Amino acid sequence: MATAKYDIKSYSGFRAITLLCLVVLYAPLVIVTIYSFNSSASITTWEGISLKWYADVFTGPESEKFKLAARNSFVIAITAATVSTSIAVFAATAMVRGGKFKLRTVSFGLISLPLMVPEIVTAVATLIFFNSIGFDRGIMTILIAHIAFCIPFAYLPISARMQGIEDSYEQAAMDLYATKRQAFTKILLPLMMPGIISGFLLAFIVSLDDFIITNFVKGAGVETLPTAIFGAVKQGIKPNIMAISTMLLGISVIMVTISYFVSKTDNTK
Amino acid sequence: MSNTTSNAIEVRDAVKRYGDFTALKRISLSIKDNEFFTLLGPSGCGKTTLLRMIAGFEDVTEGAIFLYGDEIENLPPHQRPVNTVFQNYALFPHMTILDNVAFGLEMRGKSKDQARSRAGEMLELVQLSQFAARKPSQLSGGQQQRVALARALAPQPKVLLLDEPLSALDLKLRKAMQLELKHLQRETGITFIFVTHDQEEALTMSDRIAVMSAGEMQQLGGPKDIYEKPRNMFVADFIGETNLLEVSVDGINNGRAVCHLGGGHELTCDAVDGVGVGSHVHMSVRPERLYMSDKPVETESLKGRIKENIFVGTDITTIVDLEDGPEFVVRTSNSDRGNKRIFEPGAEMYVNMELGAARLLVD
Ligand SMILES: Nc1ncnc2c1ncn2[C@@H]1O[C@H](COP(=O)(O)OP(=O)(O)O)[C@@H](O)[C@H]1O
Ligand SMILES: [Mg+2]
Repeated sequence: MATAKYDIKSYSGFRAITLLCLVVLYAPLVIVTIYSFNSSASITTWEGISLKWYADVFTGPESEKFKLAARNSFVIAITAATVSTSIAVFAATAMVRGGKFKLRTVSFGLISLPLMVPEIVTAVATLIFFNSIGFDRGIMTILIAHIAFCIPFAYLPISARMQGIEDSYEQAAMDLYATKRQAFTKILLPLMMPGIISGFLLAFIVSLDDFIITNFVKGAGVETLPTAIFGAVKQGIKPNIMAISTMLLGISVIMVTISYFVSKTDNTK
Repeated sequence: MSNTTSNAIEVRDAVKRYGDFTALKRISLSIKDNEFFTLLGPSGCGKTTLLRMIAGFEDVTEGAIFLYGDEIENLPPHQRPVNTVFQNYALFPHMTILDNVAFGLEMRGKSKDQARSRAGEMLELVQLSQFAARKPSQLSGGQQQRVALARALAPQPKVLLLDEPLSALDLKLRKAMQLELKHLQRETGITFIFVTHDQEEALTMSDRIAVMSAGEMQQLGGPKDIYEKPRNMFVADFIGETNLLEVSVDGINNGRAVCHLGGGHELTCDAVDGVGVGSHVHMSVRPERLYMSDKPVETESLKGRIKENIFVGTDITTIVDLEDGPEFVVRTSNSDRGNKRIFEPGAEMYVNMELGAARLLVD
């Protein structure tokens, strides 16, 4: 509870800096969103509201390309999120409940390190890895790479949730004749569920939005939405790109919002 | 095996080590069928550890544990017909009260309906039927406590373990729950092993008490035994209030020991095993077993002078200085003031001891 005297708002210039940051962060998104509804074929002149570029995405000359890319993206995102979340559940259970095993700190570091490594480094490393084991690039390589880099995103909300679950619940369950497995499925899993859903949604969105790693490990001719957009932009920005971007933005915002509220929900009330 | 079957629990030479720290140093005890048995001792003495070893959450470093004659120390918790009321209750937060209580029954193979109907009966027993559909977080601490109790009793365990179940409750509720627990134990006929660091609670509720300190058993006996015949300094000091006096034993005749307190004061009391002639030991004298008079009235009368009177509600505590000897604390109950005298500070008087009030301690 900061008293008014130490309130950060009273620092001179605070308001201005905050506004500047918000403008820099959000102005491009706002502009893209607005211009996606422009009826003009130019991306700079406003000619009135229309949905024609949204229609163009689904029916225009590039629609087949985008539909295929979108299907790839969603298949990869759902699979990668499912697999990485399952792995994260077991990793979190082992880490939080495994007692004080020797390499615990190291293990935790290893799980969360990918979050801090520059993505380009991960991308190059993953590519070298696939090359060295002679794996043909294609949708499988994208999927494997996505599963790997999604694990830490799925892991964090799950382990945060688990930390708040006392181990006396499982002990009480076992005391009441539940086997270890029953204690896990009937007590621990339901209590972890908000964290699991939240982790799944985060992993999903991270996979859906990924460009750098995907671009490195995808084979020729295989596109996801972000790489397809990038490919289209290279030929010049058309308003239909803004429409796709706005839709992707919408999905991200919805997922992140759901994830946020789910992680806050309490199935104990 | 047959010699152990009459005991609900037998702990035989149990040792528990955490690394090189020994939490329990060779504990042996037998708990009888249908007994309200209490493990009493200060925080950190190993009570929880012993309880968790019986429940199956800690393995036994050395020794064995028997439940009605069956050796159980290697069984996992879910195979031991023993239930626990946890210190923090550990009610499943995502389940209703009814489902919490039904959980153990379901795990034991009862159908959902059977389990729920029996759980309903248990909730009736602890007077919480109207809360069956609520979640634990919507109940007060005292109500959660009773749910934990109902949940642990529902599968009819052979032994119920309770780890300081009342410590989170306020004084009034705690007193009420002490009685309720005692009644429940009588009604169900289930053996209770109760853990507490509160000596008064232990004395009120227990059939027998094991006093523990630093991983060792100090004394085992009924509440009256433990209070009136403490075996050593630790027990005398931990249970109730007492005068601890340094004495030397000058002689023993017919089971009575003659003890010197210094300053020429002499007392006789029952001799105890392990304290021989010539030993320098401590003696415990309960302050409420003393009374004051202006003339010596019993054989065990000591001359002294009043130092201070302290009013403590139900009692008056008087501090008496013996001539050239130790100080004594005398407690007079306010309800006794018709028969017992209170002197003003500075007055000379005699401190008299009821028979059996003094107890020699094996140090
Ligand atoms: N898992 C553990 N690892 C190391 N020491 C422990 C562990 N559990 C308990 N102890 C130690 O064992 C002693 C007894 O603990 P405990 O049985 O909880 O005492 P009580 O219940 O009587 O307060 C304490 O000194 C405690 O620090
Ligand atoms: Mg304890």
